[in-house]
Amino acid sequence: MIPAAFDYVRAGSAAEAISLIGQHGDEAKFLAGGHSLLPLMKLRLAAPSVLVDIGRVSDLSYIKDAGDHIAIGALTRHMDVETSAVLQEHVPLLAHAAGHVGDPQVRHRGTIGGSIAHADPASDLPATTLALGATYIAQGPNGTREIAAADFYQGFLESALAADEMLTEIRVPKMQGAGWSFQKFNRRAQDWAIVGVAAWRRNGDSGVALVNMGSTPILATSVSGALAQGASVSDAAQLAAEEAEPQSDLNASPEYRVHLAKVLVRRALEAASA
Amino acid sequence: MTVTDDRPSAVLGTRLLRREDPALLTGEAKYTNDLDLPGALHLAVLRSPYAHARIVSVDLSAAQASPGVVAVYSGADLAGEWASPMPSAWAVTADMKNPAHYPLASSKVCYVGDGVACVLATSDVAARDALELIDVRYEPLPAVVDLEDALSDRVVIHDELSTNSSYTWDLKIEGTEGQVEQAFADAAFTVKERYVQQRLIPMAMEPRAVAAVPQPFGGDMVLYSATQIPHILKVMTALTLGIPEHQMRVIAPSVGGGFGSKLDVYAEELLCVALARKHRVPVRWNEERGEGTVATTHGRGQIQHVELAADADGKLTAVRIRLLADMGGYQQLITAGIPILGAFLYAGVYDLPQAYDFSCTGVYTTLTPTDAYRGAGRPEATYAIERAMDALADQMGIDPMDLRKRNFIRKEQFPYTAFTGLVYDSGDHLAAAEMAAEMADYDGTRARQKAQNVPGAKKLLGIGQASYFEMCGLAPSRVLASLNYSAGGWEAATVRILPTNKVQVVTGTAPHGQGHETAWSMIVADKLGIAPGDVDVLHSDTALAPLGLDTYGSRSLPVGGVAIAIACDKVIDKAKKIAAHQLEANEDDLDFTGGAFTVKGSPDRTMPLAAIAFEAFTAHNLPDGLEPNLEAQVTYDPPNFSWPFGTHICTVEVDTETGQVDVLQYVAVDDCGVQVNPLIVEGQVHGGVIQGLAQALYEEAAYDTDGNLKNASLAEYLVPAASDVPPITLGHTVTPSPTNQLGVKGIGEAGTIGAAPAVINAVVDALSGLGVTDVPMPASPHNVWKAIQAATNNSQGASK
Ligand SMILES: Cc1cc2nc3c(=O)[nH]c(=O)nc-3n(C[C@H](O)[C@H](O)[C@H](O)COP(=O)(O)OP(=O)(O)OC[C@H]3O[C@@H](n4cnc5c(N)ncnc54)[C@H](O)[C@@H]3O)c2cc1C
Repeated sequence: MIPAAFDYVRAGSAAEAISLIGQHGDEAKFLAGGHSLLPLMKLRLAAPSVLVDIGRVSDLSYIKDAGDHIAIGALTRHMDVETSAVLQEHVPLLAHAAGHVGDPQVRHRGTIGGSIAHADPASDLPATTLALGATYIAQGPNGTREIAAADFYQGFLESALAADEMLTEIRVPKMQGAGWSFQKFNRRAQDWAIVGVAAWRRNGDSGVALVNMGSTPILATSVSGALAQGASVSDAAQLAAEEAEPQSDLNASPEYRVHLAKVLVRRALEAASA
Repeated sequence: MTVTDDRPSAVLGTRLLRREDPALLTGEAKYTNDLDLPGALHLAVLRSPYAHARIVSVDLSAAQASPGVVAVYSGADLAGEWASPMPSAWAVTADMKNPAHYPLASSKVCYVGDGVACVLATSDVAARDALELIDVRYEPLPAVVDLEDALSDRVVIHDELSTNSSYTWDLKIEGTEGQVEQAFADAAFTVKERYVQQRLIPMAMEPRAVAAVPQPFGGDMVLYSATQIPHILKVMTALTLGIPEHQMRVIAPSVGGGFGSKLDVYAEELLCVALARKHRVPVRWNEERGEGTVATTHGRGQIQHVELAADADGKLTAVRIRLLADMGGYQQLITAGIPILGAFLYAGVYDLPQAYDFSCTGVYTTLTPTDAYRGAGRPEATYAIERAMDALADQMGIDPMDLRKRNFIRKEQFPYTAFTGLVYDSGDHLAAAEMAAEMADYDGTRARQKAQNVPGAKKLLGIGQASYFEMCGLAPSRVLASLNYSAGGWEAATVRILPTNKVQVVTGTAPHGQGHETAWSMIVADKLGIAPGDVDVLHSDTALAPLGLDTYGSRSLPVGGVAIAIACDKVIDKAKKIAAHQLEANEDDLDFTGGAFTVKGSPDRTMPLAAIAFEAFTAHNLPDGLEPNLEAQVTYDPPNFSWPFGTHICTVEVDTETGQVDVLQYVAVDDCGVQVNPLIVEGQVHGGVIQGLAQALYEEAAYDTDGNLKNASLAEYLVPAASDVPPITLGHTVTPSPTNQLGVKGIGEAGTIGAAPAVINAVVDALSGLGVTDVPMPASPHNVWKAIQAATNNSQGASK
């Protein structure tokens, strides 16, 4: 549980962080809350030679009402997302989901940007922002670009971010009173989901995303498609795993995961429709 | 015998806060790893990545050149350090097969985690970094992961034994030949069940840690270790390393839990001492959490075949048990004896005629060695009989509570001579069961269950019970002799009154979380009529407390605590001689109450213990021939085991769609005889219940077919956290033990013993309407879901 040796530099701003990453090349990594990266380093599954600490880039910790969406700075901690009055009013699904990440210690350290950049299919916020149709803002040496959540997740722990790009902001559309539900199925309260579902529904529109049902967070487009065509909740829920490629682990076989996804999607949609 | 007054005196029975806690809670307590040892070298152990392999070659050269490295050794390099193989203290049968086991393997590895080489370096990090540079060539051999596969000898692990079976130990009752077979032939009902006790990882809060410190000149050695057994460790280290026993001193600083996993003599303890001796500097080692999951012993690991015979009324007429017990790759200190500790308890709390047939076969596998784990053999036994009782009730179509009531040993039968010849000291199972039933609203819950568990219901209610007997207070030395155990079961105590009437107690028990300092001070305070705060308790250092047999098997209070009470009596006897002398009275005319001797009928002729303590110290005016000072030393060998008992009732709701089990309520009624400190009792029961619940619902050391542990971290090995623990409601009855003067029985393991069967009985009860008759442990959502699927498919198949 001792990481390999590494160098450490602290960045004061996004621009400085990006230039530091550029200087150090492929072997460098951003360090935000450290709650995904440090465990990997301790197990020596990751061994970056330089860490560029962005944890104190405080101007990237904010939650702002930007009209049709809420803009969240990448360094905003899970606890701030959970307790934000703005989010509770306009994007309650995200605030609620953030309250289910790990335990209080994790929520005080981990950042929404780190969670999304890490692109862990078992994490709660990638799937939740995917369900909500979020847009992520990436800043690199040549400026910023927007990446739709649906285009962001490319493989297990792989995102569309280039090595020298930093995620700076998450833009989440306001939910406009949509019904919603977050279903996290796990064995201990503090654990990652065995299967999770983030869902919202407003008239014919809906967004459903699955946690831990493949190598990336999964957008359950078949479910939304069926609902748009007037399918009942329980019929639509049968399509929950159409886009998924569930893996096997100690907690669940693929078959059980598919079953859970159907049950949890049905429950989520029932709650979102109530 | 059940008394309702559970506050026997002003001190005993009070909820005194534990004096140990301020240091523990503020982080001030010093653990082995906190010791400041200037110049110490750090040991790191290279562990086998294979479950079973021949060691072809070990190349240490690159590691030797690594920064900070002082020395690197292979198993072969250290072969000359050992006077004997690692100790195994329990040869359960005369022909038990036990392979020689050394701290580092030199020709073959037998589990993932088996040590093959080690590094000594100036820092822990340097030592661990160098491990990666050791080049070991292995010739992998097939792993043996499954117990039944091991028994087949398809792959023999220890060539020299030519079989994987270590022993077969039978408990047959002389003169009853044929009775069991007859009972089964005559039975109105029989059940035949197979249960699996999954392997568990003890996960003490403090991982293991060791430091060996050679003393200047002369060869004396101090071994600090996070151990439950400083005394046993001292003898065993001396023997294994060829160090004269009087030159070994073992100290257990604050120890953060053990649950049996620190009841052992480990390779790292022996390596630290051997290398400290060789290099003449302190050598220390501390275990990483992940390392501990494979390098520290596991618990349980049994396949149980249980058969019960009963007459038409459900009265048990015979019990037949066949066990397969997983030793792991080697035997550790008492590996072989663990299942035998449960051998006497497979008839549980029931009045069984002499028709009992028990046999256990210990088998080697290529997994981490097993050894004691909270309850050690007794939770396994209780699980088997209590699950089988539910199966019998189910077959008879009667309520399991009713079946138990028909079979309980009745209060008036105590002391009860069991079919094994063991005498159960005291008990009232019916009272405990009725109290638990009332607290759990058993009848009301059954009624709610009827209303809720209708066809098609998605959430099913279940209620499960376990009534247990715990055989503890290990142990009468002669009984241990009959079991071939190589030590006695006594405990030692010294009580010393200092000149200012403060008291030192020296105990041979070795607390590692139990609160002995608090409890022992209460016993002494009660006896001597002083404040608990005036009593200091010395322990866990073989120089301060040279005699002792340490802490395990719920023995510390019923053996060690009783020894202290007897030592107090002896001190009082001596003080009385001084008081009689100075008060010019007859000893028989003196009363000792409230910390003072008073002449009967003359309240003004009195002398407080404080004054006598000072007189004993100055020795100016003592009776002729009486030695100065007030001190008594006692070694107490208990005449019998003690037999705590109780009933636990668990209510669950099972989500049939997901398989999730929700524990709605947990009621534990335990009877540990007289309670010295109810706060400590409750803490022990809470912790024990949670550990049993963990076995029932969460924990399992999961291996792949190559013998790799798949959940070697706390992220994957699911120890429940506070947020996962249901409300636990405690009750107790008090049935004093008649075999010791305090009336105490022991409470350390009770919770663990009752919980697993109560929970699983509840889960199976909830699902019985679906045709589910068993759910394996842990009853994880996935396992429960599979059991439901299997039962539903079965019944659909049947109806087709
Ligand atoms: C005990 C425990 C339990 C947990 N339980 C859960 C859970 O139940 N659900 C859940 O969703 N998560 C859980 N987590 C993970 C937690 O949410 C992490 O905080 C989060 O996944 C990562 O955020 P971080 O700020 O800590 O990122 P870090 O660990 O600092 O970084 C993670 C990765 O993202 C990169 N990175 C970080 N920030 C940026 C950025 N702005 N731009 C580009 N790259 C960046 C880093 O280089 C690194 O590769 C748990 C963690 C722990 C330790």
